Amino acid sequence: MRYRIRHRTTYRYDVPANLCHNEARLRPLDLPGQRCLSWKLVIDPEPEFHRTRLDSFGNHIDYFSIQRPHPALVIAAESEVEVLSSGQFSFEAGGPWEQVRENLLASKDPAALDARAFALPSPLIPVLPALADFAREDFTPGRCILEATSALNSRIFRDFKFDPDFTTVATPVVEVLENRRGVCQDFAQLMIAALRSIGLPARYVSGYLETLPPPGKPKLVGADASHAWVSVFVPGEGWLDFDPTNNIRPGERHITVATGRDYRDVSPLRGITVGGASHSLKVSVDVSPL
Amino acid sequence: MSAATTPRNPLPPHYPRGVWDEMVGADGRVNPSWAHVASWLDGLTPERAAATTAEIHRLLRENGVTYSVHGAPGGEHRTWQLDALPWVVSEQDWKTIEAGLIQRAELMDHVLSDLHGDQKLISGGWLPPELIHAHRGYLRPCHGMSLPSKRQLILYAADLARGPDGRMWVVNDRTQAPSGSGYVVENRGVMTRAMPRLFHRTGVRRIAGFFRTLRETLESFPARAGAREPRVVILTPGPQNETYFEHAFLASYLGYALVQGDDLTVRDGCVWLRSLGGLEPVDVIVRRVDAWFCDPLELKQDSQLGVPGLLEAMRAGNVAVVNHPGSGVLENPGLMSFLPGIARHLRGEELILPAAATWWCGEKKARDLVLSKLNTLVVKSIHRAPTFGTVFGGSLDAAGIAALRERILASPESFVGQEQVSFSTQPCLNNGDIEARRGVLRGFVTATPDGRYMVMPGGLTRIAGSQDALVVSSQLGGTSKDTWVQGTEQEPFVSLWSESEQLQTELDARNVPSRSGENLFWTGRYAERAEGSARLLRRAVLSFVEAFGDDEDQLSRHREILMSGLVGITNAAPIHPEERFSAVSDEEEVISLLSDARRPGSLAANLRSFRNAAYAVRDLWSPDSWRVIEAVIREWVEEDLPSCNELDDYTDPLNRLILHLTALLGLNLESMTRDAGWRLLDSGRRIERAQFLLAVIRNFLVEGRPSSEEHLVMETVLAASDSLVTYRKRYRTHPRIELVLELLLLEPNNARSLLYQIQRLTGNIEGLPRQDQGARLTPEQRILVETGSRLRLADVSLLAATTNGKRQRLDVFVNQMSKSLGELSEALTLTYFRHAERPHFLRG
Repeated sequence: MRYRIRHRTTYRYDVPANLCHNEARLRPLDLPGQRCLSWKLVIDPEPEFHRTRLDSFGNHIDYFSIQRPHPALVIAAESEVEVLSSGQFSFEAGGPWEQVRENLLASKDPAALDARAFALPSPLIPVLPALADFAREDFTPGRCILEATSALNSRIFRDFKFDPDFTTVATPVVEVLENRRGVCQDFAQLMIAALRSIGLPARYVSGYLETLPPPGKPKLVGADASHAWVSVFVPGEGWLDFDPTNNIRPGERHITVATGRDYRDVSPLRGITVGGASHSLKVSVDVSPL
Repeated sequence: MSAATTPRNPLPPHYPRGVWDEMVGADGRVNPSWAHVASWLDGLTPERAAATTAEIHRLLRENGVTYSVHGAPGGEHRTWQLDALPWVVSEQDWKTIEAGLIQRAELMDHVLSDLHGDQKLISGGWLPPELIHAHRGYLRPCHGMSLPSKRQLILYAADLARGPDGRMWVVNDRTQAPSGSGYVVENRGVMTRAMPRLFHRTGVRRIAGFFRTLRETLESFPARAGAREPRVVILTPGPQNETYFEHAFLASYLGYALVQGDDLTVRDGCVWLRSLGGLEPVDVIVRRVDAWFCDPLELKQDSQLGVPGLLEAMRAGNVAVVNHPGSGVLENPGLMSFLPGIARHLRGEELILPAAATWWCGEKKARDLVLSKLNTLVVKSIHRAPTFGTVFGGSLDAAGIAALRERILASPESFVGQEQVSFSTQPCLNNGDIEARRGVLRGFVTATPDGRYMVMPGGLTRIAGSQDALVVSSQLGGTSKDTWVQGTEQEPFVSLWSESEQLQTELDARNVPSRSGENLFWTGRYAERAEGSARLLRRAVLSFVEAFGDDEDQLSRHREILMSGLVGITNAAPIHPEERFSAVSDEEEVISLLSDARRPGSLAANLRSFRNAAYAVRDLWSPDSWRVIEAVIREWVEEDLPSCNELDDYTDPLNRLILHLTALLGLNLESMTRDAGWRLLDSGRRIERAQFLLAVIRNFLVEGRPSSEEHLVMETVLAASDSLVTYRKRYRTHPRIELVLELLLLEPNNARSLLYQIQRLTGNIEGLPRQDQGARLTPEQRILVETGSRLRLADVSLLAATTNGKRQRLDVFVNQMSKSLGELSEALTLTYFRHAERPHFLRG
């Protein structure tokens, strides 16, 4: 599938900001199953200084600064991305989850060494006994890792309520676990926390999901949103994605923008302004098939 | 160098035996390098010992050597503690230490580069990934960043102690922003003054060469295009930090600007200093702010101590941050168990300096071993975390061991177990008595411009708090010792500054942060405000304890006028606002105005503000100026004037205070160059002196009074403005209102007159850097020209005239002048003290 993605963010300040420094992680990645065919970032007002780089996770970063008073800031990203359907895998691949853990520690494979960092807690994702208990309901002794992960993916979808009013970007994972509600970001972080708490490497994936309008209704422009899901590492197989918000394995409709340890590593935009006391924020995302 | 005859063992009978002691061997013989110290100790009387200790304390106090303790009530700045006895290290021992520290610095540098680059040490199996990734010093955004120099680790320090085998062991590594080297310089300065002969006889190596090399290294980083040499600044978290003294000391010792995060700004991917002369490029930042705080854009979002965009400026190669923000990753005791293997792998060498056997609990085998003998080990967090100190397994009961075990198992990669080692003792003087203490020596290493390492021949020794204490706190504080490294050859005297270097006498405005300029301005204002109120309060105190005349009625009327004027002039908040109807006696009111630091406008409150402003520019004062400031702070801010119960008791302290504040002005006039900072300091004093004079006139002279009363009031006015003697000498008559006004407002040669202040301000402002070089007047100049003309045109006899018992014209005139001076102060603030606005975090 090919998509055109438009992601537009508008900040308005009550008094003009004099200086701002920003980091954008908006450019979709090139991955085995995904190609970024075109990419454009339009920033208004035009930045005095703009540089691009890759971060330590391999994500694209645009750093820019605007150094004159500006009442508003608009960041419009537009890209064309081709996504291939991901290959099927068998539930038996990788073998029993405990064995996966052992193999990982013994492996000299660079990808496996790299993955080990993702089994550790990270700033937003703790590793706790309660989360390990939560994971063990599906990770029963000897069960194959992918089968168990799929089961966990389904259980979060089944037992947790999608509720955009309950959580914020700062809601701790434990609170999500206790209250059984949240949004895609919370479900992804919860699932990662559960996997890490039993010693398995898991990472956070941010991107877009093509949403389909209700039958018979036209698709609304800008109605899409950023999405988040989970990737788990299996030696020999690499990173395999799961989407607990939708109880699916991401395929042709998921477009990956960035991966990291948790939301903090991949947030689409972060910035520091000087002046401009308080601001309002408007985000619109549009994913359209070509 | 050894003494002609081996001295007797001077240690008292109660001094513990059987532990390795630095001065006296197991055979009871004095170690030759300690011979002169031993001779000095032999026959030392308790009185002499106490006198030496007191002398050292006095010198430290005078130099204002302090450290701060977080959360200690009232302990904001404590005087640094230094023991009278040094730790003497023989030439032979030092050779090993030096080689060992250089080897370790080179290894650490390699590990640092590797971890922020291709991580071969991890892929090769020499370091487990969890040991690095779980460590808080490993900052992902710093990955791939490097300094434009051969070495990535510029400053390194290690804590060393002598182990049971007689070798020096490494206890801790310090790589984030090693502190303590400034205290070494202070310790050395005090010891050479307190013990000059002992120092000379022992043959001690000098430490200045280390700082010279450090300067050369810092200045070897590239400068912005067009500049001859790079601009270096020292980035401090500010006066609240426990080692702020050292930051200020190093800034003034090395000759660099001391800055805080919001003194710097990033534009076009470059770092700039907000200086009195405008935005100036910064090329090298000596970082004393923890890396995690140093860029809110990429690291700690709500940090107020950092510079947004700093990491990107580093990546762009436009600034060198020393040490590298990723260097905290090396402060990890878990590394100790892997370093010997890395040394063999990389260099085919054994470590010259051993460390206590260390097991990192992230590995199953090591973890099992640690858990099996918790009661014999020392357990540490791999982080330098205040939440988990060092735990001695041997000191725990069964429940404590179980809790520790659980804690380790919950996040094993965060802990190490270490063999418990007993370190050597050395004598120190405690209350005139010789006692044994365990000591830890912090050695300092700097990279050289050509990529080698150099070790400071000396270091900071810290000793345990008591005779039986096993640990020496890694926090600064406690007692320190100077470290004397013996050398056989006479070293040539090395100046910190190289020969060819022209002595920079003028402090360039472009090197003075706006914040420092503002603090100098307010130091001047508060000093003058305090001096004015001190003169007035002294007059008030005298009015209670001395009679100015014989007429009782007249005296009490004068006192009444004085009291009403006092509150008006000091603009102090009312006393006891919650019970303002209860009667407050005049004496109570005066004591409160003198000493109640919580009452805004009181003398004590002004002096507190004076202290804060002066301390914030600690790096800019000459030693003499600081001694005077220190004396004021000691008596009026840090102590509660304990001997003062009665009004009369304040006379001497007030006299001393006035003397000190006047002396400070004199020192500033005589021993500071007329740079932008000085001009702002002096402008602060002038504005405040003028405002104080105007307030005195408004409160005492606007109201007309019977002539007998007015005599006393005018005398008070002249005394408060230090013009009484001038008046008498000049006019040889009782005070007359026209003459008093003439002298105080218009006499250009009276250093206390309003006209004199305006002239001084005009001169100061002419010399400040200005933005546009056009012929137009700046707002400050405009105000001064206008105010000066109006003042010169004033007619004293008209001002002195009363209508309905009041000098209306004088009132209007004084208020006009005062308003203009207020506008001048605001104009200066707008032009020179541009503050960074508070940053806000954006997310999307």
